[in-house]
Amino acid sequence: MPNDSADAPRRITVQRRGPWLVDGPVEVELEDGTTVSSDRFRVALCTCRRSRRYPWCDTSHRRSAPPAARRPATDTEPPSEARPAPDAGPA
Amino acid sequence: MTHESEGPALPADRGRLSAAVKAYLLDAGPLPSDGDVEAADPYGDDLQLALYLCYELHYRGFAGVDPGLEWDPELLRTRAALEERFLTALRADTPVHETVEGALKELLVEPADGTGVSHYLRDEGEPWQLREYAAHRSLFHLKEQDPQVWVLPRLSGRAKAALAAVTFDEYGGGRPDQVHAKLFADLMTDLGLDTTYGRQVDAGCAEMLAIVNLMSLFGLHRRLRGALVGHFAEVEITSSPASRRLSEAMRRTGAGPAAERYYDEHVEADAVHEQIMRHEVIGGLLEDEPQLADDIVFGIDATEYLEGRLAEHLLSRWRAGESTVYRPLRLVGKRVGEQAEGQVGEQAGEETREDPATAGRSRVLGAV
Ligand code: FES
Ligand SMILES: [Fe+2]
Ligand SMILES: [Fe+2]
Repeated sequence: MPNDSADAPRRITVQRRGPWLVDGPVEVELEDGTTVSSDRFRVALCTCRRSRRYPWCDTSHRRSAPPAARRPATDTEPPSEARPAPDAGPA
Repeated sequence: MTHESEGPALPADRGRLSAAVKAYLLDAGPLPSDGDVEAADPYGDDLQLALYLCYELHYRGFAGVDPGLEWDPELLRTRAALEERFLTALRADTPVHETVEGALKELLVEPADGTGVSHYLRDEGEPWQLREYAAHRSLFHLKEQDPQVWVLPRLSGRAKAALAAVTFDEYGGGRPDQVHAKLFADLMTDLGLDTTYGRQVDAGCAEMLAIVNLMSLFGLHRRLRGALVGHFAEVEITSSPASRRLSEAMRRTGAGPAAERYYDEHVEADAVHEQIMRHEVIGGLLEDEPQLADDIVFGIDATEYLEGRLAEHLLSRWRAGESTVYRPLRLVGKRVGEQAEGQVGEQAGEETREDPATAGRSRVLGAV
């Protein structure tokens, strides 16, 4: 964040669906009293409680759809294809 | 002319174009003719390898090749002809969305029972298939983020700052042992693959060469900066769920801790990266240059298109029990599945060798 200073309030970005985004490093105290930390430059905190890596978001908040709805036929989208749903490797 | 004495070995050629480019790099023959470029399959082994050879001069070069050829006007002219052929085909064949929002929306929906490569590997992938997959992907992952960095000077403000932050993460946040390319090399070691840069290029299929060439094409041309941003957003958005499945594949087959680690790290990192790519990088770029919207869409959809081609190649061959590599994998150490306690032992001094499992099944046999 530009012009941040040590005593500037820490900004948390909230969205209707999906994680809260906060600048790292962060330490999170969980209900059972344990703490976990992340030193990533920005951290995505799970708000949907579905993450398998809670409290970190793992994109489990995403809508899931039956295979047929993966490529809905609307005029803003290209025609569906017979190819398998591609998943690029990570980056 | 000074020739690099060190560096990756030149891969074997795959036809007229790549043979001519290779000969030119070695100062041993003329570049391919325009007619040869025109006649080549734009997605085929020969053209894609020829293009890869041209691009690689901007990354690590090759042993025995003059580094000055990176800016050789004749070679750049040939590169432009190869790029033109590839890009024209992509523009004609890629089904594109009308809006950035439409393209992104679709990526953000997880199919309830997907049928992609990561689903296949999670459910039934065998160690030899995981090894082939890693070898193909290594053409990018051993230089993870390098092709995407070319775009940084072409961005400004919010988009630039945000992509630089993601880049810092990809390069390990200042820790050399955490650089994602290094984490991938560690994964390859767990799988018994030779991690030397460039050593698996001979194994890489045309479909994977096209994907890594797409990154260089978008990265090296400022006019395609929108497409590079769209491309990278696509990769980050689809990564987390796929990485979880690939991590499960590694765990199920006992590939080893580093193999799981690479994908586990990406489940978490890319859940953050995708947020930043969408809101800050794409959002920031559209604020600065709204006219790039169509290029961003093209970058997203061209990536999906080429990934679809790769998935089709891998799955159709694996389902038929066939290998997907062009030439045999290069192995070191023990192979996964044969490891005693999940540990790959001392590998120093061990000879790299061809994988006997793929040696008899690779595409090159009978093809050349
Ligand atoms: S908010 Fe992303 S997994 Fe819960
Ligand atoms: Fe990465
Ligand atoms: Fe990433």
